[in-house]
Amino acid sequence: MNWAGWLYFPARLAWRQLVFDRTKLVAAICGVLFACVLVFMQLGFKDTLYASAASAPLKLDGDLFLMHKQSEAMWRPIQFKRSELMRALGNPAIAEAYPLYLGLAPLKNIQTQTKRTLMVYGFDPDSLLFNVPAIRNKYTELRLKDTILFDEYSRPEFGPVRQLLEMGQNVTEINDYKVTIIGLFQLGVSFAADGNVITSDLNFMRIFPRRNLENIDMGVIRLNPETSVESVQAELKSHLNAFVNVFTYEELLRHEKDYWANTAPIGFIFGFGTVMGWVVGLVIVYQILFTDITNHRNEFATLKAMGYEQGYFIRVVFASASFLAVLGFIPGYLLSLGLYNLAESQMYMPMPMLISKIITVFMFILSMCFMAGLLAIRKLKDANPADMF
Amino acid sequence: MSNIIEVDHLSFSFGSGALTQPVLKDVTISLEQGEIVLITGPSGSGKTTFLTIIGGLRQALHGSVKVLGHQFINSNEQIKVKTRQQIGYIFQQHNLLKSLTALQNVCMTLEINTTMTEQQRCDRAAEMLIAVGLGDRLDYKPDQLSGGQRQRVSIARALVGQPKIILADEPTASLDKQSGYEAVNLLKRLAKESQTTILLVTHDYRILDIADRVVELEDGMIK
Repeated sequence: MNWAGWLYFPARLAWRQLVFDRTKLVAAICGVLFACVLVFMQLGFKDTLYASAASAPLKLDGDLFLMHKQSEAMWRPIQFKRSELMRALGNPAIAEAYPLYLGLAPLKNIQTQTKRTLMVYGFDPDSLLFNVPAIRNKYTELRLKDTILFDEYSRPEFGPVRQLLEMGQNVTEINDYKVTIIGLFQLGVSFAADGNVITSDLNFMRIFPRRNLENIDMGVIRLNPETSVESVQAELKSHLNAFVNVFTYEELLRHEKDYWANTAPIGFIFGFGTVMGWVVGLVIVYQILFTDITNHRNEFATLKAMGYEQGYFIRVVFASASFLAVLGFIPGYLLSLGLYNLAESQMYMPMPMLISKIITVFMFILSMCFMAGLLAIRKLKDANPADMF
Repeated sequence: MSNIIEVDHLSFSFGSGALTQPVLKDVTISLEQGEIVLITGPSGSGKTTFLTIIGGLRQALHGSVKVLGHQFINSNEQIKVKTRQQIGYIFQQHNLLKSLTALQNVCMTLEINTTMTEQQRCDRAAEMLIAVGLGDRLDYKPDQLSGGQRQRVSIARALVGQPKIILADEPTASLDKQSGYEAVNLLKRLAKESQTTILLVTHDYRILDIADRVVELEDGMIK
């Protein structure tokens, strides 16, 4: 027996049996499609969550970052003394160290006067902490009193800020404090904040009157060129007080992501949803394959009497499972693509359909169908030709 | 003359312990090549059980059953699967695959061994269907065929692989007199052409005349 025949004939029989009963085929495809969409959406939400959580730290321009050990994430920081950051400057490898002040505050919609909370970043404009051209270009204007930059990608509840600015309406309130929007930048919302605002460290203290410059939320450190980030990190860890974390850029991103994955734990919810999609799809495909074997029991027993071996029928079942996986995945993918666009328009967060995600979900669906096939082949031993006569 | 089937002192029973129900008692029979043997007998006489043992579908433990030179008593599955491929089956129900056309059903016999090309298989199967008078029904599914036509497809399916033995279990049971008689005569004609041995279980006395030999089984014993 050659290889092509080994797989081709059972696959062809499986295909002919599948297309023979169109109603059941459609039902089976719907089951796989359902699981497919569920997994796509859950993974999509999860990736968006992680990506949005890292959107702000991703743009920070620094080599090492100080945070209080109790800071679970940048959006809910614990303050520590500015002097702790300044002590780091004693290390000869460190070129610059800047404090970053973080706070959540309500911003008033200029049109509707309603307030909604967003994230406020305060830092010395000359430090150019954010690697965003629109912010860097405005660093001189940011030095002025009561000026802010507004994130154009914030949720629409804050009002059509771009149009308002063009019409000259640029005065609003943050934390009941009157400020002037002097420009826009693009960063993006996260699960923690519906929008972002950037201001100078001095303005930050005016917006948050209870805060002072001595208590900082984060420290951003830039090293001299050609120094090892890891060795400086190790030196700082041993040199500074134990209550501060010293993160590299990658570690900071991971810390932000891990908050949502483990501490929040929204990541768990999406992971759980993914598994549930897998299980539901598994049960549906199993049911379809199981009843298929039951219905074809006589036919299989006949083939066995004719000299077909058990392995042939196992291949028939797995071929059916693979066909269902592919047939359900294609419409599932297309539907998910539409839903991703819908979700993007609702959440104002990017939800890209990446090749890696397509492959992941397909593997997921394939494993689901194979598992269903594995469970269903037990039913094959009922096809006993001795009971046929 | 070599014996295609040799059965020697075969005994078989269902169940175990106090519930043991003997079905076949000390059956001895042998069939020559090209011989057509009918087994008749009342219901429950063990005819069908005998046929399934000959076909290697049921494991018997006592006596000797040699089919095409292979001992079936206490043999492994592999030998039986190989032997089965040289046996054609005709069932009481036609047992055709509903999702396949007549041609594809007949091809299933040839697909066990993939030495032939697709074209050769289709040609052979079509020839066989023409021989059973269904040349104009090649692409019909079983649901679109009458009972007699279906049984003729299953005869074609049994014969297309040029088996050495045909085992048939009540092939006329679900057919009317006319189509039943036609079916077995067709079977006889084609089998005689290719020197195929036929073992046919029936209690349809209308078809006894096709046999070279009629064996009567009662309570598991040959009379």
